[in-house]
Amino acid sequence: MAQRFTLKDPFREMQLFNNRAVFALVLITLFTFILIGRLVYLQIFYHEHFSTLSHENRVNIVPLPPTRGLIYDRNGVLLAQNLPAFGIEVIPEQVPDLATSLKTLASIIRIEQDDIDRFHRLRKQKKAFSSVPLRFRLSDEEVALFAVNRHRFPGFDVVARLMRNYPLKNTTVHTLGFVGRINVNEMRTLDSSNYSGTTHIGKIGIEKAYEEALHGTVGVKHVEVNATGRVLRILKQRHPQPGKNLILTIDAELQRAAEQALGENRGAIVALNPNNGDILALVSTPTYDPNLFVMGIDKTTYGALQNSPDRPLFNRALRGQYPPGSTIKPFMGLAGLEYNKIEVNKKIFCPGWFSLRGDAHKYRDWKKTGHGQVNLNKAIAESCDVLFYDLSLTLGIDLIHTFLGQFGFGKTTGIDLTGEQPALLPSRKWKKRVKNQIWYPGETLIAGIGQGYTLTTPLQLAVASAMLANKGKKIKPRMVKSIHDPKTNTTTHIAPVSPGILHLENPNNWNIITAAMIDVVHGKRGTARKIGKNTPYIIAGKTGTAQVFGIKQDEEYIEEEVALRLRDHALFIAFAPADAPEIAISVIVENGGSGSETAAPVARKIMDLYLLKKNKNNAK
Amino acid sequence: MLNKQYDVAKMNAQHESGRIFSSRRFHIDAPLFYALVLLSLVGLAILYSSSGQDMDSIVKQLVRLAAAFFAMLLIAQIPPHLIRYWAPLSFAIGLILLIFVLFFGETGKGAQRWLDLGFFRFQPSELMKLAVPLMIAWYLADRTLPPQFKHVIISTLMILIPTVLIAKQPDLGTALLICASGIFVLLFAGLSWRIICSVVVLAVPLAWAVWRFAMHEYQRNRVLTFLNPENDPLGSGYHIIQSKIAIGSGGIYGKGWLNGTQSHLEFLPESSTDFIFAVFSEEFGLIGTLFLLSLYLYIVYRGIYIATQAQHTFDRLLAGSLILTFFFYVFVNIGMVIGILPVVGLPLPLISYGGTSMVTLMLGFGILMSIQTHRKLLSK
Repeated sequence: MAQRFTLKDPFREMQLFNNRAVFALVLITLFTFILIGRLVYLQIFYHEHFSTLSHENRVNIVPLPPTRGLIYDRNGVLLAQNLPAFGIEVIPEQVPDLATSLKTLASIIRIEQDDIDRFHRLRKQKKAFSSVPLRFRLSDEEVALFAVNRHRFPGFDVVARLMRNYPLKNTTVHTLGFVGRINVNEMRTLDSSNYSGTTHIGKIGIEKAYEEALHGTVGVKHVEVNATGRVLRILKQRHPQPGKNLILTIDAELQRAAEQALGENRGAIVALNPNNGDILALVSTPTYDPNLFVMGIDKTTYGALQNSPDRPLFNRALRGQYPPGSTIKPFMGLAGLEYNKIEVNKKIFCPGWFSLRGDAHKYRDWKKTGHGQVNLNKAIAESCDVLFYDLSLTLGIDLIHTFLGQFGFGKTTGIDLTGEQPALLPSRKWKKRVKNQIWYPGETLIAGIGQGYTLTTPLQLAVASAMLANKGKKIKPRMVKSIHDPKTNTTTHIAPVSPGILHLENPNNWNIITAAMIDVVHGKRGTARKIGKNTPYIIAGKTGTAQVFGIKQDEEYIEEEVALRLRDHALFIAFAPADAPEIAISVIVENGGSGSETAAPVARKIMDLYLLKKNKNNAK
Repeated sequence: MLNKQYDVAKMNAQHESGRIFSSRRFHIDAPLFYALVLLSLVGLAILYSSSGQDMDSIVKQLVRLAAAFFAMLLIAQIPPHLIRYWAPLSFAIGLILLIFVLFFGETGKGAQRWLDLGFFRFQPSELMKLAVPLMIAWYLADRTLPPQFKHVIISTLMILIPTVLIAKQPDLGTALLICASGIFVLLFAGLSWRIICSVVVLAVPLAWAVWRFAMHEYQRNRVLTFLNPENDPLGSGYHIIQSKIAIGSGGIYGKGWLNGTQSHLEFLPESSTDFIFAVFSEEFGLIGTLFLLSLYLYIVYRGIYIATQAQHTFDRLLAGSLILTFFFYVFVNIGMVIGILPVVGLPLPLISYGGTSMVTLMLGFGILMSIQTHRKLLSK
């Protein structure tokens, strides 16, 4: 250490230190400015950005689903309501010993492994302090059992949620339809903000067609949450606006009576007011309970409905396509009169069959022995086929197509329900397009008696009958009479729509056909004379029998021998009172045999109920 | 190794000691004292907010502050030559305790930092925060300055040994701090620019080596998260993202005292300790942070002033290192909270909730005051 002995120089050391101190000061200042620069960057330039993030952090928007609108019938009978459904929900963080509690609870009320699995699955997705559903659809007894033992289950509670309920159950299913859980496809097309709190949506029927009005507008609650998501307070709230209530044109009593009148039969009934298109009853049997679908139907039950040969899920009134059979005859007769192809009193001879010139094929009449001498009136009243074979041949398919088209056949009626079928009114063009074949005269013949390609829905038949009743005034059938807004307590009436009037060259032709239809019911030999007895009002009607099963030439149709499902469909159309119609009706009983035997009595029951009850009410 | 300076110092020390016990003068540096009191008050105010208006925390912090101020004033009464006298011994004790901790230390939060002495738990690394700059200043003050190369090497070794021991615990923040405090002494002692430049150049491969071999997984994660916090928003990036949101949403004027949502709704983790600056920025905005930075800067400038006024090399080196370390504390903490430095877990001096490091820090200020006030006596 002695080789390089350097003397300490206090003055030099101090200068050196001062130099370094200045350097340190510069560095300190520099680094401070780096901090300030960064703070300016965060707090001024990016202030808005971070403000937004901070706001998003603390504010959660909770949707408040609106209450679905109620549905009433025309007389104020409640058809669709929202009932509290009870379930058990658990707040996991409040449960000291979850496993034991679940086990104990299972000994009191029914809890299946599925429930427990779902509970644990949901629990993982939720925060510890939020409620997790364990059981749905508790029975009243279960609710009571749990309530008694409530103290033993901290963190468990019975929770009520509003669930759609249809008090008339099966009776209204084909008109109201039902709501069900929103599925993935629906989610894609829905207004996601308005439906953010909604779990159910109208699937079919009125519930679907009037979804927008029934649903209402979602409300929102802005809540302040902390980092763990716990709600601390409500910042602001916009209440949901409940859905609008619907007042239907349906008469629940009539609807039920119509359903009962069909009994065990498969079939459909449409009854409407010919003056304004109000659907009074719209029935399709068999039916099913729509309430099953609200809570989510189980697979077995659904499978049974789906695979039943009676097809209960199928709405026959709107979608069932049947050959109109003889119910087409009043319209055909009117066409003949209108186009001057038939005279009112001209008689032809009915031997029980008809054949085209140069063709050996015999077109049969339903009455093997024939009707003898028949005019138009008798041909409708007794449903002679031969006269109509002759008439349709004279008219030709083109005129038939044009004229029947004016009654709405082959087109949808425009009813405010979804899923309606247009059915089929055949024409040359149609056959060329679909079958790529020319039209044969034989096909014109059978079209004249409502067989062959011609198909109609029960709804179309009812609407067409209403036109006969109205002497040409067209109607658009409707299900909803008025809409009630519970918020403003105002009711908006929906004005009935008439798509126009069918003007005939000779308006008296309406009366000729109506008279013939009255004879169907009240005439001595009318096909529906059985229902014409003891009526305080006059019915104009027409029976029909639609072939399901083709009969070969020279074969007898023996009802007993034909399998039940191959039997003819029975049809009946009617309106009453004939002079001032208040109800028009169409009835179809699948495989019911003959219209006069099965379909007409059903119509009579409905008309009795409606007209007699109504008269009683008027009398009061 | 004797030289003239040493003898003079010794003489002065005897001279001084005679004076102190006879004098009734209370040794305190008023500007520093008031600035520190003001800083503590700001700290209490923001702690009141960040703790969710918890009086319990306030009282605890007040007790700690009182203890720390008491310790500071106590040290301030001790003349610097006595402090210098004890420097080698405190360094030796600290080193022994650090080795002891390596084998018998208590584990807390995944790190072995504590030594349980039965009646209280003690972190030897806190002692080293003072002992290392003391030791290096003691060692270099007796040598000619600027230091010769071999003295630099010996100093470096004396810095690195405790640094590595503490980094092993692992406590990266404190290790960095202690390393820095030693290096600051070397810088003030006049470490040649050539060495400084070479170290900076060598730092890159060294950093790689440290990354590769010396760092724990969690430390690497911290660095990675620092480089890209959005990578892992719910994991290790969460701190930085939430802290930036807190600061940025504060804007110029802040959300107002007690109105910070980020901290009160628990989005900001460690809002009372390491990340308290974010709460401050959220509630008081840029204006508040500029005030706080000015306060810190004032204290630092005062410290540098005290260092330049000191008449002994040891005093100068020590004062310079202590005050620069204080700034290092502030810069690293704020730098990590505002997202320009990795999260190393250093508290914000006198603002963050917590005790041990505060006492150490105030002891440092006590030494500064001692240097300042005893110099005045001497110069008369």
